[in-house]
Amino acid sequence: MPDVLLKIFRGDREGGQTADYQVPVAPGMVVLDALHHVQKHQAPDLAVRWNCKAGKCGSCSAEVNGRPRLTCKTRMDSLPQDKPITILPMKSFPVIKDLVTDVSWNYKVNKKIPGFTPKAGTNWRMQQEDIDRVQEFRKCIECFLCQNVCHVLREHDKHEQFGGPRFFVRVAGLEMHPLDGVSRVGLLKKELGLGLCNITKCCTEVCPEEIHITDNAIIPLKERVVDEYYDPVLRLVRKIRGG
Amino acid sequence: MNSKYETHEHDVLIIGAGGAGLRAAIEALSQGANVGVVCKSLLGKAHTVMAEGGIAAAMANVDAADDWRAHFRDTMRGGKFLNNWRMAQLHAQEAPDRVRELEQWGALFDRTEDGRILQRAFGGHSFKRLCHVGDRTGLEMIRTLQDRGVQMGFDVYMECTTTRLLMDGGRVAGAFAYWRENGRFVVFKAKAVVLATGGIGKAWPITSNSWEYTGDGMALAYEAGAELLDMEFVQFHPTGMVWPPGVQGLLVTEAVRGEGGILTNKNGERFMEKYDPKRMELSTRDVVARAIYTEVREGRGTEHGGAFLDISHKPAEYVKRKLPSMYHQFRELADVDITAGPMEVGPTCHYMMGGVRVDAETAATSIAGLFAAGEVAAGLHGANRLGGNSLSDLLVFGRRAGLGAVEFAKQQAVPAVDSTQIEEAERAMLAPFERNTDENPYSVHSDLQQIMQILVGIYRTEEDLNSAMEGLARLKERVQRLSINGSRMFNPGWHLCADLKSMLTVSEAVTRSALARKESRGAHSRIDYPNLDAAWGKQNNIISLHGDQMNLEQRPTRELLADLQALLADEKGAGA
Ligand SMILES: Cc1cc2nc3c(=O)[nH]c(=O)nc-3n(C[C@H](O)[C@H](O)[C@H](O)COP(=O)(O)OP(=O)(O)OC[C@H]3O[C@@H](n4cnc5c(N)ncnc54)[C@H](O)[C@@H]3O)c2cc1C
Ligand code: SF4
Ligand code: SF4
Ligand code: FES
Repeated sequence: MPDVLLKIFRGDREGGQTADYQVPVAPGMVVLDALHHVQKHQAPDLAVRWNCKAGKCGSCSAEVNGRPRLTCKTRMDSLPQDKPITILPMKSFPVIKDLVTDVSWNYKVNKKIPGFTPKAGTNWRMQQEDIDRVQEFRKCIECFLCQNVCHVLREHDKHEQFGGPRFFVRVAGLEMHPLDGVSRVGLLKKELGLGLCNITKCCTEVCPEEIHITDNAIIPLKERVVDEYYDPVLRLVRKIRGG
Repeated sequence: MNSKYETHEHDVLIIGAGGAGLRAAIEALSQGANVGVVCKSLLGKAHTVMAEGGIAAAMANVDAADDWRAHFRDTMRGGKFLNNWRMAQLHAQEAPDRVRELEQWGALFDRTEDGRILQRAFGGHSFKRLCHVGDRTGLEMIRTLQDRGVQMGFDVYMECTTTRLLMDGGRVAGAFAYWRENGRFVVFKAKAVVLATGGIGKAWPITSNSWEYTGDGMALAYEAGAELLDMEFVQFHPTGMVWPPGVQGLLVTEAVRGEGGILTNKNGERFMEKYDPKRMELSTRDVVARAIYTEVREGRGTEHGGAFLDISHKPAEYVKRKLPSMYHQFRELADVDITAGPMEVGPTCHYMMGGVRVDAETAATSIAGLFAAGEVAAGLHGANRLGGNSLSDLLVFGRRAGLGAVEFAKQQAVPAVDSTQIEEAERAMLAPFERNTDENPYSVHSDLQQIMQILVGIYRTEEDLNSAMEGLARLKERVQRLSINGSRMFNPGWHLCADLKSMLTVSEAVTRSALARKESRGAHSRIDYPNLDAAWGKQNNIISLHGDQMNLEQRPTRELLADLQALLADEKGAGA
């Protein structure tokens, strides 16, 4: 079996650098398999997060050759084998150790979002076509790759003013739930800073669940903010029509 | 109390943040208790997130004739009547309300034409019963519960692993844990503790389970003196991926067969005709797993040692809509387009039917103040679990455990914890750093997995099980010599040292129980005792700690109530 050279970040909050590891490549191998191989044979203390190994839990995010990816879904044979493969932690979050980052900020943002609140007197009947778009948002596995690439967080560090694409997806899922009865539009504008998003679509490009974050979540939410704040008439009409 | 340690106090401490733990937390919170939840991974990443096919509940949205009695009967039949029948009854009766509750908390299940929750067919269920969201039901469930809990305000201690339960005399008083991030120790004091830690799949190499599944909860309970029940019953799911090597064991949901998938061998024979002509691919998991295993062993397996599972006769769009994650999983990891051709599948270690013995009504264990729910607990599934009955189990008994724990906590003062227990727990954790041997936890782990795969797998014999016992004894000694370097900061090798202790305890319990049960029933197949034995059908195996010895005894099962007996007799073929 051919060997491939991995350059894996080793370090912690204080700093660090990449270290080299040679790993034999097996058919169908993914980057996470290679990391496990390193753990098992060379560096038992290499810190990596994972759970499902099947792209379902969103634990194993990292930057592979500069691209934010789920390591459990990144095939080694999709990467050039003649060059070293570089594996770094997500850049937008503080490193804890090696590839493990501190993503607790995301959990704090989530707490600001009022949960599902059913309209009074609902009979819990819903048509499939009315929930299709919400089911798309609910596919999110919280890998935080979209948060990691969004320049508002990555380059401008606006963690205090901005919720990030993951949480626009979450809010969209609540706002467009056919039986939800509260509005989160004020929250979107103020606490979550939706206005800071300038629709670069970088988030959509990295989403492993192929959620159309910008087109289906962010843009419709921006329209709602515009309606609520600048067009009260339209808002009233929609309310009456039950939109 | 020792002030040297970070300490937290709660009325109810819940260990585990999967479906069972979160549902227990929600119930305890709604009763006004102060609740803490501890888990090994980040919130939302527990095993429950991976569940695919659905949640079983007799809602009768698709098949109007379904009701709790039918669900009860199917569960008992699937479990070969070794189930705790009271649990099976409560489970069947309460599951529909628990599912409706999820919907009221924001879950969006796939819909029927008339706008209700859609249900699909699954192995061993006599009606279309599984509520689902494509093949990502677990994600929908865990997100719904997690958001509900956050809204209600529980404290979650993420990436924090419990290594010991703390006792106040005969009663549980809390838990000792370490933070994965920095390796520091933490003490939880609680009036009641709920175990919701899931299963033990990582003791086998070919498994659908994640690194978390090291049997911690069962080992913690056992070491605290609680009883373990029917540990020989380990479910091998018939359909895991077999190729490429890195994904071996990854689950291929039973929903593929529920949606009409067909199993064939390399000669193109639909072999289930031989093993269960009536139910075919939708037979129970124990039967299908043995069928595939037998086909492969007798030389009719596929290139990579499995069977073919084909759904490509259905329209491609339908397959992508109903089985999206299977479609992606095979396309991306195995270069197979399941809308165009078959998958290769084979058995994978999947689920633990055995576990901590609990009371059906309250989920109380045999230790005062200690409760258990979900996969870590035993009883509901008997000798074999039906697909979809785990997610419903988590909700029904998670809720009951939360209630039971609050009721208990209300009547109790804050327990006392003496510092010797804590110091002992700390010493045990730090020992691998102090030793300087060449015993590495990863190699002990692979040796354990080899023993369990080869000697304690789908088919068992006395000889194999005896050699497994010898092998495990050697591993126990090696675990005493484990050595680790690096720091206490997020050090997976060190974490594995602790996990190995749990895995070994539970593996021994499985092997001992398997040796004792001299019959074949459900998931436990003895080549040397190939038939059901009526006498064994009325015996549970109970494991407990006596001094420092693992003790095994048989205890008669509880006599089934007459009216439930009549329900079972209703069905032709019952007793088989
Ligand atoms: C791939 C897959 C698909 C499945 N599909 C289905 C399905 O379609 N339908 C169905 O009914 N069942 C299904 N199952 C089974 C079902 O998902 C599990 O049995 C169920 O989710 C277990 O839930 P739980 O709450 O008991 O434990 P889990 O969800 O596994 O949660 C266990 C929790 O305990 C924590 N924990 C463990 N040990 C410790 C410790 N020492 N200290 C602190 N915390 C600890 C973990 O971190 C985790 O938070 C599937 C299983 C798998 C693997
Ligand atoms: S589209 Fe908006 S949210 Fe997405 S990456 Fe660009 S700026 Fe960020
Ligand atoms: S929206 Fe997509 S990229 Fe963002 S966290 Fe969810 S799954 Fe990951
Ligand atoms: S390990 Fe779960 S998404 Fe990669």
